[in-house]
Amino acid sequence: MSRPLITENQVREALARGETAIHVQGDPIITPLAATALTDNGIYIVKTGDHGGFAGASEGRGELSPVSVKGYDTKFLLELYATMQRIRGFETAVGLLFKQQRIIGFAHLSIGQEAVPTGVCAALGPEDYLTLTHRGHGQMVARGARLDQMMAELYGKVTGNCKGKGGSVHLHDFQLGILGANGIIGANLVITSGAAMSAKMRGTKQVAVAFFGDGVVNQGAFHEALNIASVMKLPILFVCENNQYAVSMSERDATAAESIAARGRAYLMPGVTVDGQNALAVYETTKTAVERARRGEGPFLIECMTYRSRGHWEGETTELRPESERKQWQERDPIQRLARALIAANPATEDQLRRISDSVRDEVVEAVRFAEESAYPPLAEALRDVWSGEIAITQ
Amino acid sequence: MRELTFAEAINEAIREEMERDPSVFVQGEDVGRYGGGYYPALRGLYDQFGSERVRDFPISETAIVGTALGAAITGLRPVVDLMFADFAFVCFDQIVNQISKIRYMSGGLAAAPLVLRGVMGAYSHLAAQHSNSIEALFCQFPGLVVTIPSDCRSAKGLLKSAIRSNDPVIFLEHKMLYLTSGDVPSDREFLLPLGRSNIAREGRDVTLVAHGYMTQLALRAAEQLQANNISAEVVDLWTLAPLDKRTILDSVRKTGRLVAVQESSVLCGIAGEIVATVCESGVALKSAPRRVTGKSAPIPFSPPLEDHVLPHPEDIIQAARTVMQ
Ligand SMILES: Cc1ncc(C[n+]2csc(CCOP(=O)(O)OP(=O)(O)O)c2C)c(N)n1
Ligand SMILES: [Mg+2]
Repeated sequence: MSRPLITENQVREALARGETAIHVQGDPIITPLAATALTDNGIYIVKTGDHGGFAGASEGRGELSPVSVKGYDTKFLLELYATMQRIRGFETAVGLLFKQQRIIGFAHLSIGQEAVPTGVCAALGPEDYLTLTHRGHGQMVARGARLDQMMAELYGKVTGNCKGKGGSVHLHDFQLGILGANGIIGANLVITSGAAMSAKMRGTKQVAVAFFGDGVVNQGAFHEALNIASVMKLPILFVCENNQYAVSMSERDATAAESIAARGRAYLMPGVTVDGQNALAVYETTKTAVERARRGEGPFLIECMTYRSRGHWEGETTELRPESERKQWQERDPIQRLARALIAANPATEDQLRRISDSVRDEVVEAVRFAEESAYPPLAEALRDVWSGEIAITQ
Repeated sequence: MRELTFAEAINEAIREEMERDPSVFVQGEDVGRYGGGYYPALRGLYDQFGSERVRDFPISETAIVGTALGAAITGLRPVVDLMFADFAFVCFDQIVNQISKIRYMSGGLAAAPLVLRGVMGAYSHLAAQHSNSIEALFCQFPGLVVTIPSDCRSAKGLLKSAIRSNDPVIFLEHKMLYLTSGDVPSDREFLLPLGRSNIAREGRDVTLVAHGYMTQLALRAAEQLQANNISAEVVDLWTLAPLDKRTILDSVRKTGRLVAVQESSVLCGIAGEIVATVCESGVALKSAPRRVTGKSAPIPFSPPLEDHVLPHPEDIIQAARTVMQ
């Protein structure tokens, strides 16, 4: 039997507090009135019956919400803008350095998807946990990781986050609560449920966030992680960066579901679809979900509609996505959208925004210089950190 | 003969077998129009055979391998693309507890004629989770055939045999071989035997036993040893399980010296198995055998560190010199 995931009163109260409330996909308890109010507040709502059967981005879920900067502190808005620019700047540099073979190995870029991690991380507290995807540079930057350290890691230098031993798909920053990116699709979801379980066992108010791609939801680990999170009522957010493709596989061909958010219902957790090209919409949704998790009300699934503007990985030679689709999403650039809203509503001038991009450029240049000038790890480092060292190994 | 790239050799083997036998089909992630993940060996197969016989799957390794088993025990011959062999861990139950045992547990009534292809190994700066060499692991499970080509020619010949085999075959393709090309017979009946090792180079003084990409390193080492008047024989283990002991023992009986090479770390590896096999056989050795292996660490990303933990021809040369003393 289905039980209400969120009551209409909760929606009203949240709205009264000035928060953006939640639409539970397909749940009849949301009135059209509430739904309309929600849309005005900057979240795109998927209404019941918006799409039957498979839902691709071109239908329903890909619609945009208004970017409404009204009522936000200017400093906060400019921080969101700066974060997205830092991600873009860092990754643009990585793309160039990859072409020049200064950076080798894996580089999966998230250019075009910056609003998702930016909005999510803006709503987290300093003690919260995150796990990242193989496309995790943006998630690192949004959480406040240092560009120079990250760049050094991509160069395999000793000054990198993992002393050069991890590389792009294994970035982490334990001091920032980042428990690691992952090279294995779906693996991080169960680990994040574990971190949330631990927070609950230890009685902290920490919340854990698992980033994942649309390709993950058909992996067994997805099912196991969401079910256990719901059964144990864990303080966890499952945040899907739905860029609509897993390498060449479109979500439409891969996933038998109305939407990814709709999967939440099966696990009795709220699932929402958000305009992932609007950092504020992502922020508002995350904030609501985080507060709910901190109150002990359990997990939450957020599906952010977005699109990668680059290939699956740097060096990819096959592009099968339709040109028209790529163009359409180019016009939905999350940075441009926030910039336009900021200028139109006047909390920022073009000059101010330019100063931000200038300082980001300086920071990126400095990060590259740092990486270039840093040393490779001493060879002995290759055999360190394998075991704890507690056990004496006899030769 | 003509030169093919490694990817073309794989492609040709699959294409010919699909043309020959309608029960052969391909499945995996990004195998369709994309032509196969990061190491595209399947280009053109989708256009030729269509989506029924070149089946794109979501990221669901357990389903990819498990449905292949289901299809194999009901009369079809799946050729699964695991993309990186490292992803076998996600569906290890299907491979080791289901596929390897089904013939035995059914009292010989069921057969699982399927092939699991995966890209293995390091030297490519893809870091710890995409650089594993896991061939020895599979060898622990009787019922599986574990086959590793060492060049373009053996890739075609062994893969064709693997597809025709009535046993489940793990077929591991080293990333570095994808950078090579070489002579490959165009003969549609060009088959190399499973369960056999190959003398890749004849010699008198020392036997170098290797497999996959390590065979290339051993051949390079043998070349340089020759310049120093050491004649090395290279035994290429085309199949690791079941192991062709006779070819190894015959070679060591001739040379009296043994160096066994593997990419993965030392403990419980193929090289140890070779050394044990030779020692146990009672073949008289002129010196203590040596192993050349990767060092005991996950594969680090940083290129100099990765280089440091992996075996190189110089290591093989040094080991050969040691057993020559
Ligand atoms: C278990 C596993 N299977 C396959 C892969 C290969 N792989 C790496 S990324 C990727 C696509 C992931 O798609 P998605 O989750 O949508 O993330 P995106 O790349 O679009 O950001 C695949 C198949 C992997 N890393 N792990
Ligand atoms: Mg995706």
